[in-house]
Amino acid sequence: MNTAAAERPLWRRLLGFNLLAGIVLGVAGFYFGWWLGHQIHAKSLAYFADTNQNDVALLLGYLFFPIGFVIGLGFAKYPLSRALGREPSHHENEEGGLGRYFGVCTDHKVVGMQYMVGIGVFFFIGGLNAMLIRAELLRPSPQLFGAGNYLTIVGLHGAMMMGVMSSAILGPFANYFVPLMIGAKRMAFPRIEALTFWLLMAAGVIFVSTIFFGGFPTGWTGYAPLNDQANFGFDSYIFFFALVGLSMTLLGLNLIATIVTMRAPGMTWGRLPMFCWGVLSTSGLMVLAAPVLIAALLMVAFDRSLQTSFFLTSGGGSPYLFENLFWFFGHPEVYVVLLPAMGITAEIITVHGRKKLFGYKTVLYTTIATGIISFFVWAHHQFVAGIDPRIMATLWRAKIRYTVPMLFCLAWFFNFFIGGVSGFFLSDTPSDVSTHGSFFVMAHFHYTIMGGLIFAFFAAIYYWVPKMTGLRFNERLAKIHFWTMFIAFNSTFGPLFALGLMGMPRRVATYASNLQPLNIWVSVSAFVLGASMLVFLANVLYSMVIAREPAEANPWRSKSLEWQLPTPVPVHNFDRIPVFDADPYDYGIPPVAPRHVPAGASGVAPYPDRK
Amino acid sequence: MPEPSHFRRILILWIALSVIATPLVVILAAPGLPPGDATSEAAGQVTDNTVLLGIATPIAALLVVYFAYALIVFRHRGPEPDEGVAIRGDNRVQLTWIVATAAIVLFAAVYGTVRIFGDSGAGGGQGPNPIAKPSGDPLQVQVIAQQWAFTYRFPSFGGVETPHLELPVDQDVEFHVTSLDAIHSFWAHQLGVKADANPGVDNVAYARPTETGSFDIRCAELCGLFHGHMFDTGQVVSDSSFQAWIRGQQREFAPATRNLNPYNRGYLPHPERRAG
Ligand code: HEM
Ligand SMILES: [Cu+2]
Repeated sequence: MNTAAAERPLWRRLLGFNLLAGIVLGVAGFYFGWWLGHQIHAKSLAYFADTNQNDVALLLGYLFFPIGFVIGLGFAKYPLSRALGREPSHHENEEGGLGRYFGVCTDHKVVGMQYMVGIGVFFFIGGLNAMLIRAELLRPSPQLFGAGNYLTIVGLHGAMMMGVMSSAILGPFANYFVPLMIGAKRMAFPRIEALTFWLLMAAGVIFVSTIFFGGFPTGWTGYAPLNDQANFGFDSYIFFFALVGLSMTLLGLNLIATIVTMRAPGMTWGRLPMFCWGVLSTSGLMVLAAPVLIAALLMVAFDRSLQTSFFLTSGGGSPYLFENLFWFFGHPEVYVVLLPAMGITAEIITVHGRKKLFGYKTVLYTTIATGIISFFVWAHHQFVAGIDPRIMATLWRAKIRYTVPMLFCLAWFFNFFIGGVSGFFLSDTPSDVSTHGSFFVMAHFHYTIMGGLIFAFFAAIYYWVPKMTGLRFNERLAKIHFWTMFIAFNSTFGPLFALGLMGMPRRVATYASNLQPLNIWVSVSAFVLGASMLVFLANVLYSMVIAREPAEANPWRSKSLEWQLPTPVPVHNFDRIPVFDADPYDYGIPPVAPRHVPAGASGVAPYPDRK
Repeated sequence: MPEPSHFRRILILWIALSVIATPLVVILAAPGLPPGDATSEAAGQVTDNTVLLGIATPIAALLVVYFAYALIVFRHRGPEPDEGVAIRGDNRVQLTWIVATAAIVLFAAVYGTVRIFGDSGAGGGQGPNPIAKPSGDPLQVQVIAQQWAFTYRFPSFGGVETPHLELPVDQDVEFHVTSLDAIHSFWAHQLGVKADANPGVDNVAYARPTETGSFDIRCAELCGLFHGHMFDTGQVVSDSSFQAWIRGQQREFAPATRNLNPYNRGYLPHPERRAG
């Protein structure tokens, strides 16, 4: 079947459900919505006549674009063939070469790789925006951008980062490794898994298109009443976050269903790897919080197009309602970033300390408790004090090996600690008067989010990508990347605490001239930070394309199941479902020779009998 | 070689580092911090930050010492298969940590609350019904934010509205912060005052300038296109210059004052318009 497909002529293969069709139908859908909106506009709503900006048309365009896109990609094939009474195939494009990566594929490993690249592109765009912001702030008065463009760039940067970071770890790594860790052959809902990825991509395209519609001056928070006043570029923001929210919700549901129902025999809750716990609690948060955001955004869309006034004082609505709904999402969002990162570092630090995770149960309960607490504002900063020490305790009398993933984990810890201490100042009300809304806050959340999330993200990349691609990274380039990134990161964001205290507000291109020297320092450091990402890209290019040195199957001598599989992992992961009969973190108890699972991995018990 | 007492070594190093670092931070570094001591509120914030830094320094020292020690002493040495010591969770260690962190967080919460009540709100906005007020009769100044400027209204001077702000020294000031449109935030950095300006809400904050000089005013909440241009410089002046200035303003703006709405704690926003 596969070979037959390959023999078809090129033009024949281009016809049918694929990325090309997705793009064509997506664009067609956009113009259809746009046209429809203008019909409505012309006929009934006189209100738009004076603004010359037809929000209805743009909103409908953005509504039909993703619909056309996913239909073109082939997501309608399965429900349609069911509706027509045909026998549907049970999976899509799981066999085959590189082509699988450019369409709907139900292999969770392919989706994981798709996410990895997709998220990378998002971070790249977000990072470029950050460079533009820092370039503007080299001078105390606006030089490069007008007021509107500057705010658009800040908003694009912030929203882009906040939108994808929630999927940054779940998308690539949870999709790829959760089934492998719990001994499953696939995710619970493989088609939905693929859908979440393509929705995210559609969201990204919509968001970037805001630059053709005048941008938006609201920052990533999009508060009322600014969101109603804003140009129609704000409609891109609405649909970006709504689609991201949809993608997050589906991703979370899928992961929960997978972890709850698809664990192999013997994978009891008490043996579930920490990473899976992090993923599970994050997914719970995402599923609860994201729909609220979607609802709030739809209400804004109605305010802007149908003349409702949910958030407008003039019509009896309330702008604070939007703020509250937004932070119902925004607060857990912070933990959505933190929890999987904690899962990753727990995995890596135990493996590298050759030591059992200290207090598995406590880490576990704090993980779950953090998830619940995150819905309440007051506990915002307590978790920092409460959780990190367990990772410290895990280092106690360990045998630490300094590999690149381990270095990233330690840096994560360091950054997160600084983020936590600064949060201590923000949570203290009197002190908050001078820090709130200033660059102090900026420094604080970049330390927690970038210092936390991005460092964990890279730790995961250096730890797991050798398994995903079967190729090893160049160690020297990786170390150069780490050290430049770590040092430049601190020299970028450390001084921002001082800038904030000295009176630098957020989201402005005009600042007091006595702050200029420090701002120049920060900008230059930020450019070095940007350059460190180029070192990483060079490493990817060199290691994965040019040198292509094969990686060992289990270079870290981990005992977790994913490492016992052959590299590359076979399409269906396991021939037979494995049976677990020991804990995942029994390091420090001999014997510890790495246990390779024979190719094909049939019915292995990865943690052999010790009770 | 018997295992040395890592615990005792870390303890000694930590105490030594804390004893040296904490006074250095508290005595030398902290008092110079912004926003300075131009008002009693600003000075109070510096005191708060000093106290918090005093607490944070030993905690930071513990982490630094522990990590430096662990990363150096517990690093991997020798031939490959080699494992750390299996230690299961130790309840005493966990308990100590939980109690210690809870105590610190509780202290910060109690301390913050006490300061807020005792110190006329530490310069922050307290909403329409302030709890912490200065004794005596403060000068009332209404701060009206709108896209994209602040104006100041003085109810005790015939409700005159001025585009710039001057304040008398050694006199408690009661700011009533409100907005006509979007959410803004009135931030007078050197005065240590920051209060959100919400449409229809009367947000009260206090400050008592203790020395003359200028201070920066900025909007601290994104309020649309020209948010970045919402800044000005205010002056703290002697009482007599203040009286002279405000009389001048009354004269200058007399025609405008007659046409203003009667003084009020909040004004209706403009009809909705697109301004972004
Ligand atoms: C290369 C690294 C980065 C640099 C140099 C950088 C720099 C900046 C700057 C200069 C601002 C605007 C400050 C202002 O005027 O308000 C900003 C805002 C922001 N950044 Fe970053 N950033 C970086 C990475 C990240 C990452 C990785 C994230 C999150 C995952 C992130 C999230 C945000 C958010 C949420 C905002 C707020 C946007 C808003 O005010 O609406 N940044 N960043
Ligand atoms: Cu403003």
